[in-house]
Amino acid sequence: MITAEQKPIAEIRKMIEPYKRILVVGCGSCVAECAAGGEKETGMLASALRMAAKMEEKEVLIKERTLDRQCVKDFVIQLEDEIDRYDAVLSLGCGAGVQAVAEMYPELPIIPALNTVFLGETKDQGLWVENCVGCGDCMLFFFGGICPLARCSKQLLNGPCGGSMNGRCEVDADLPCAWQLIIDRLERFDALERLEKIYPPKAWSRKQGKGPRKIIREDQQRV
Amino acid sequence: MSRLKEVLTQGGFAVTAECGPPRGADPEAVINKAVLLKGKVDAVNVTDNQTAIVRMSSLAACTLLKSRGLDPVLQVVVRDRNRIALQSDILGASALGIGNVLCLSGDHQSFGNQPDAVGVFDLDSIQFLQVVKAMRDEGIILGGDALTGAPDLFIGAAANPFGDPFSFRVVRLGKKIAAGADFIQTQCIYNLERFQQWMEMARDRGFTERVYILGGVTPLKSAGMAKYMKNKVAGMDVPEPVIKRMESVPPKSQGEEGIKICVETIQRLREMPGVHGVHIMAIEWEEKVGEIVERAGLMPRPEGI
Repeated sequence: MITAEQKPIAEIRKMIEPYKRILVVGCGSCVAECAAGGEKETGMLASALRMAAKMEEKEVLIKERTLDRQCVKDFVIQLEDEIDRYDAVLSLGCGAGVQAVAEMYPELPIIPALNTVFLGETKDQGLWVENCVGCGDCMLFFFGGICPLARCSKQLLNGPCGGSMNGRCEVDADLPCAWQLIIDRLERFDALERLEKIYPPKAWSRKQGKGPRKIIREDQQRV
Repeated sequence: MSRLKEVLTQGGFAVTAECGPPRGADPEAVINKAVLLKGKVDAVNVTDNQTAIVRMSSLAACTLLKSRGLDPVLQVVVRDRNRIALQSDILGASALGIGNVLCLSGDHQSFGNQPDAVGVFDLDSIQFLQVVKAMRDEGIILGGDALTGAPDLFIGAAANPFGDPFSFRVVRLGKKIAAGADFIQTQCIYNLERFQQWMEMARDRGFTERVYILGGVTPLKSAGMAKYMKNKVAGMDVPEPVIKRMESVPPKSQGEEGIKICVETIQRLREMPGVHGVHIMAIEWEEKVGEIVERAGLMPRPEGI
């Protein structure tokens, strides 16, 4: 999933300052799972902003609404029935959600309330960890299901570097060395020979080619 | 032409040193170190923004050393340059008459004074070795385009026998040799037992016949430095007895004790089959390199080419 964290409230307040009628839009997908922009967080942020406005005796209308998915037009369009009443949207979607809303309502300023952080996994309650960089050419098979591009601090495809000590990364003693994990796992499957070969330079054109990447699936397109 | 290559291919026991470029544009800082090292060693490594701190470029400092008659080893890390810049710098280095290159990953950017820098790591050090070898031996760049003139470089890589997992360390050494390393510089050796074990594993796989291994040594200036290296420097193994030995002498004699340990280590390395030389990393202590080489019985150095 895509993970995000809420921006500091002071930063959000500064961005919404010029506006009098604000719709706070949450998203029920990834950012709900990581407790940053779901229905609950959207409600809490809207209340906090209303409270802050009241304390300063400012007349601001702040309403909230949470879409199931803010990054899909079919859901964004649900805002159609009320969007005209507002002069700005504060989005608790990820960067993709913010931009999807902005594209659909080009006349309105869309303000991000979150910092989108990474593609990762819910490891524990209150703990999310990055484990995919979206490289466009998955190599997890070769590395026993552990991605060195996301999890090795130096993105080594032919690791480990000299800084791996006692299973820890040189960058941070709390960080497991991805290459130690890879080696341990391949050993378990008796597949260590996969690491004898030299993996060639990555084709980064699949990650950052010519502008934003696209997936085009004709079988999925409307006729 | 590389003097280091000449010494090693003629069967000599090579001695190299290290020169960290200054945190400024003053060429004298490099030239002063060149004067200290001239005639004492066969080649001098120039570090590439080590510990991710911005310094004079390795290529520029190498050129300054070259102009004073030293044989520089250009260290190049993949942390700061993508494959276009790396290959371009290899061509430039060879054009400037630099005869050796050491292909490294580099210390992570979070350690230095630019923690917000992007870590490039477009190639890793092993891929980089392969690229340099293909440039030199086949006259091609990555992707296969032909060069108008191939670089002439003696290619080096680093190895850390003290990193984990230990059993995989020698496998990775093999990958570096297969990728194109002509010589290997190791991490600083304080744990001779573990180094010996690693050398045995390398010998068993026939690696010592295929690559020149230079054992890394760093003289300790003080017991404090020994503890710092053990606890704070990535990939470093300083056993307790070494620290105890440094602590057993009064502070003003600890530098001398550190040099003694260094000289003894070099002597042990010379006796170890498959070790082809030493790389002395006297960090901001270049003035001691000559004395260490002398006391280790490695003077005079072969005449320059």
